[in-house]
Amino acid sequence: MEVIITEQILTTDGIPLKESLKKAERNNKIRAFFLVFPLLIFIIITFVVPIGDMMLRSVDDSQINTVYEKTFEEYKKWDKSKDELPPESVYKALFLEIAYGDKLQLGRALTRMNYSKSGWKSLIKKTQRGIKKIVKSGEEPLSYKQTLIDINENWADPTFWYAMGQMINKQTSIYYWNAIDRTFDQDQNVVMQNEDRRVYVSTWIKTFKVSIYVTFFCLLLGFPVAHLLASLPLRYSNILMIFVLLPFWTSLLVRTTAWIVMLQQNGVINDVLVWLGILSDDGRIQMVYNQTGTIIAMTQILLPFMILPLYSVMKVIPKSHMRAAQNLGAKPTIAFIRVYLPQTIPGMSAGGLLVFVLAIGYFITPELVGGKDGQLIGHWIAYHLKTTLNWGLCSALGAILLGIMLILYWLYNKIVGIDNIKLG
Amino acid sequence: MNNNIESFVKFEKIDKSYDGEILVVKNLNLNIDKSEFVTMLGPSGSGKTTTLMMLAGFETPTNGEIYLDNQPISKIPPYEREIGMVFQNYALFPHMTVNENLSFPLEVRKKSKSDIENRVKKALDMVELGDFGNRFPAQLSGGQQQRVALARALVFEPRLVLMDEPLGALDKNLREQMQYEIKHIHERIGITVVYVTHDQSEALTMSNRIAVFNDGVIQQLSTPDILYEKPENSFVAQFIGENNRMTGTIKEIEGDFCLVDLDGGGIVKAMKINVNSVGEKTQLSVRPERVVLKEESSADVNTFNGTVKELIYLGDHIRARLNVCNNEEFIVKIPNEGNINIEEGSNINVSWDAKDIRALDFN
Ligand SMILES: Nc1ncnc2c1ncn2[C@@H]1O[C@H](COP(=O)(O)OP(=O)(O)OP(=O)(O)O)[C@@H](O)[C@H]1O
Ligand SMILES: [Mg+2]
Repeated sequence: MEVIITEQILTTDGIPLKESLKKAERNNKIRAFFLVFPLLIFIIITFVVPIGDMMLRSVDDSQINTVYEKTFEEYKKWDKSKDELPPESVYKALFLEIAYGDKLQLGRALTRMNYSKSGWKSLIKKTQRGIKKIVKSGEEPLSYKQTLIDINENWADPTFWYAMGQMINKQTSIYYWNAIDRTFDQDQNVVMQNEDRRVYVSTWIKTFKVSIYVTFFCLLLGFPVAHLLASLPLRYSNILMIFVLLPFWTSLLVRTTAWIVMLQQNGVINDVLVWLGILSDDGRIQMVYNQTGTIIAMTQILLPFMILPLYSVMKVIPKSHMRAAQNLGAKPTIAFIRVYLPQTIPGMSAGGLLVFVLAIGYFITPELVGGKDGQLIGHWIAYHLKTTLNWGLCSALGAILLGIMLILYWLYNKIVGIDNIKLG
Repeated sequence: MNNNIESFVKFEKIDKSYDGEILVVKNLNLNIDKSEFVTMLGPSGSGKTTTLMMLAGFETPTNGEIYLDNQPISKIPPYEREIGMVFQNYALFPHMTVNENLSFPLEVRKKSKSDIENRVKKALDMVELGDFGNRFPAQLSGGQQQRVALARALVFEPRLVLMDEPLGALDKNLREQMQYEIKHIHERIGITVVYVTHDQSEALTMSNRIAVFNDGVIQQLSTPDILYEKPENSFVAQFIGENNRMTGTIKEIEGDFCLVDLDGGGIVKAMKINVNSVGEKTQLSVRPERVVLKEESSADVNTFNGTVKELIYLGDHIRARLNVCNNEEFIVKIPNEGNINIEEGSNINVSWDAKDIRALDFN
């Protein structure tokens, strides 16, 4: 039952209580705001802006739209069902824009054009040269269409014109489709990429597989360690904790290289196995530059992220719980499964989420120890970022990664509840 | 303590050391009868929990054997001992509801579903928490959690229940209320209880017998009234209730009594309890309520002159702190009979019966 207070409560000074409270709270809020203000700015500049920019880039197609503004305008008037090739006006606009457009911008647009169909680059380049001659000669072409076709017969090839259709919107979903091995056909339908260009779906699957393995092994190895840490007397657990944290104080690169030394065919582990007679000298196992190497090295590197949340959860589970369970008649294994294990779920899920999220975006380690078949999706992001400069695809891959993390986070919140998370 | 074979629980020559250097329990012999409520009382670190844990099976005695129902139990693992236990912080499983907590011991014993339901309900009703079955422990108050822990320790009908300071975390009122509830439950179902506390009034209210622990040794084991009236050594005298201490040297022994030459001057006639020979140092102990005021001074034995240092009005009685025989902390409880006319600084005479002052060991 709700009690409705009709009379306003006043403070001693006669100001309505609510107002007075609000005022006091407003001051607190302002102060709190100023305290977090630097952090807020920092986060906006270093996090929100770049990620927003990335999201925009992944769908952005405006650059080419400014270069071929007129052409695209005319292109939209073309009735594809009536004419096989675009009308004269499209050819004219294209001719003029290539002839008088900004050279630099034209060049940049080339890269984008090639994404929708290979061959654009050379076509435009040849056309540029042809047009240059004509413009120099000073005579105006009678038919722009014929002139262009004379320069390069590909201008009479409708598939190039259809491919242009993919670019005429300022937004495009091509990068997202590319990121899952799809592309558009000439009628703008989504189709599979050519077989030789299908690399992303298999990499995504591999990324998930490796991440799941790594998470699983981290849990398997981390659980007993965390349990030991939580149950040892303080002075021993402190020493053990240093060993757990030691990797944090060593450069990632050093650790990864150390794994190469350990795992390679002439490495420490193989040597020992051969020396013990378990392997013959020709039977040395390839443990690095493949998926196995990636999984082993990543498990070791991400292990602390599993141990720490587990430890922080286990530390606060009173020892008396296991005793109580046994006292009530449960054998130690049953006591463990029914009383201890359920209480570690917040730690397992926090650690699992953390390791998994870190693993799917991992780059350096798979890059160094992964060889050809141990590469994860991060490899392609870096490749397109640095080598092909295809930032659209690169952003789309990143955005998908971000989306996956958000979905995982949402699932986690649904199943375990985010309030249950324990990170230390 | 004779070797009574009928004892339900029997500690026989139990020693316990954790580190191989210090004995935290020394030569413990303790017999507990069926349906008895025995309390272990003692200061912190005196070995109470250790003793209890040995009985529950979570610590192994370094020496000696514990018998339950005439069976040595050192070979029986804790989960087969059928001993219920209420832990100090209840140890309720936070991820299980009250019902699930109570079902747990029955489920691991593979009881039938309907049987479990019945027993859980009965146990919850017993502690008056019938409507709370679906709550989680975190949604209960401290007192309610305590009761759930009690119900859980009893629901599987153990042979014996152990309680390690079960009321330590509760506030005073609730603690007193729970003391009565536990006592009533004990009386109703007649189960054997071994209870640990360091609160003497709790021990006195609840127990049939109390074992006073100090330094891993039982100092005295008897009923509450004897413990209070007839402490056998100075530790017990001091630990249970209030007591005035005076030290002196034995001057003469005559039968059950002895004459003691006080360090602060004067001679006292006292019961000879824990002293043997003339010349020995002794600590005298007399309860404040056994000291009476005397109008006129006399040269009678055990009558002394004292100066009032402090008066505290407590309604039904007045607590006076006196200086008697150079003891500044001599307390007298004066019943409020309406005609008290003493003031701070005044001189009065106090006296006591030789039977009420006990000559104990000196420490
Ligand atoms: N696991 C242990 N390892 C080493 N020493 C211990 C251990 N448990 C207890 N002790 C020591 O044994 C002695 C007795 O401890 P115990 O817990 O039995 O005391 P207690 O009488 O229950 O005290 P309290 O009233 O404080 O609970 C103490 O000196 C304590 O330091
Ligand atoms: Mg204790």
